[in-house]
Amino acid sequence: MTPLLDVDDLRVTYPTRTGEIKAVRGVSFSLGRERLGIVGESGSGKSQTGRAIMGLTPPQAVVTARTLAFDGKDMLKMTPRERRALRGKRIAMILQDPKYSLDPVMTIGSQIVETLRAHENVARAEARDRALSMLEAVQIRDPKRVFNLHPHEVSGGMGQRAMIAMMLIAGPELMIADEPTSALDVTVQLDVLGILDRLVSTHGMGLIFISHDLRLVSSFCDRVVVMYAGKVVEQLPASELHNAEHPYTRGLLDCMPKIGADRHPLPVLARKAEWAT
Amino acid sequence: MSAAISITDLQVVYDRFHALNGVSLEVEAGESFGLVGESGSGKSTLLRAVAGLAPVSAGTISVNGQKLGPRRDKAFYRQVQMVFQDPYGSLHPRQTVDRLLQEPLAVHGIGDGETRIQRALDEVGLGSGFRFRYSHQLSGGQRQRVAIARALILEPSILLLDEPTSALDASVQAEVLNLLEEVRRARGLTFLMVSHDLAVVTHMCGRLMVMRNGETVEMLSAAELATRQASHDYTQRLLAASDGFVRHPGTFSPG
Repeated sequence: MTPLLDVDDLRVTYPTRTGEIKAVRGVSFSLGRERLGIVGESGSGKSQTGRAIMGLTPPQAVVTARTLAFDGKDMLKMTPRERRALRGKRIAMILQDPKYSLDPVMTIGSQIVETLRAHENVARAEARDRALSMLEAVQIRDPKRVFNLHPHEVSGGMGQRAMIAMMLIAGPELMIADEPTSALDVTVQLDVLGILDRLVSTHGMGLIFISHDLRLVSSFCDRVVVMYAGKVVEQLPASELHNAEHPYTRGLLDCMPKIGADRHPLPVLARKAEWAT
Repeated sequence: MSAAISITDLQVVYDRFHALNGVSLEVEAGESFGLVGESGSGKSTLLRAVAGLAPVSAGTISVNGQKLGPRRDKAFYRQVQMVFQDPYGSLHPRQTVDRLLQEPLAVHGIGDGETRIQRALDEVGLGSGFRFRYSHQLSGGQRQRVAIARALILEPSILLLDEPTSALDASVQAEVLNLLEEVRRARGLTFLMVSHDLAVVTHMCGRLMVMRNGETVEMLSAAELATRQASHDYTQRLLAASDGFVRHPGTFSPG
């Protein structure tokens, strides 16, 4: 069986006046219908990897890969038109902060309807019904009211639910979630993750969960890819994270304060130059 | 020991919105005290009220035994300094580190700037090589070190910390937390620290207050929190949330 997504030697390079910046330097992994976590610190290239898969890399950057295949078809060989048809329909993306990723001058309902009608030929009334039932599926209590609200009128958690509803309405097979809960409060964070988790398992989607939070990823995902300086340093099942071998993964796990552990001073991560090579 | 910060029935109202509703708090000198809560709980407002950055409509704040009026004088800011959450926003983008550190000295008319700046930079682990850089030439962790140096240069006795590490990566967070503990030990500082991260607060603070909707939920020691002896439901929920995601197989509804 071909995997849903096959990434082999993905590279993203930004040419600048002072030379090339290699944001992603040869990332390889494959994804089935599972939850894959990509973890790393800022600048590790985790978001750039997600954006390259989605096809949202800015035009000045150069994306190359031996294979970047979605459902067996190489996305780098597609025309922009074919790529556009994929985006939003079969591959969806959730961004970090609903405050910036939702259109501030459109109501939440009309944004969801727009997404649906861009990908499927449905009547206005049917689109509205499906949007309402989708809002209900992301556990929004009063979908009719929220449908007519603008993004600034809802809380962060509600906005992120609306975002998830919008992304799921076209029934994607692959969902890329780039720090979907980092802007939310901890208790809301878990609600949103619960919704995402349920929908991913009921729809049989593949999920790429990009986060800096190793603890969250290890409790949410099936498999974890750890990135450092644009490269994958380690790939392992989430349940095996405490047995991680790479000193970077171990250091990252170790340097977080834990409730109930009395460690003063905290162990700090001693970065080694050879990790980046 | 006397109270470094003593707050009684503090109320902060923005228009008609009660950001803080009758909060009382005592922080001993040399203590490290944590404020925990979600957004909108009033934890940052409490800190800003102490610093004189929020409109206090009722209640009193005393610092080192002195009751504070609506305006803070210079002497107050020599005792109390603040470190903000976002090191990208709290440093002047067009001033060098040297200029940033000179500013508080100039405001308070303190001489020996040269030695003080040297010492402050050394103390936060930035060599003199960083002295003439601009903030955009520094990483997030280095910026937060500059912000700490700027707060320490007036030799205050109380440091107000508003989510000092939440904009930083985990590995950098560990370094900054260690630095804060070190300067606290070396100078016998009092910390009042705000964070949404229970693990950070239990690591840094001896006692903490859980807040919600501008009110106190409960006050407990870090040791009690570590052994999960929180009496309030809300605190228990926060504790559970900080453990990470838990999958409930029973709640799956067929799609």
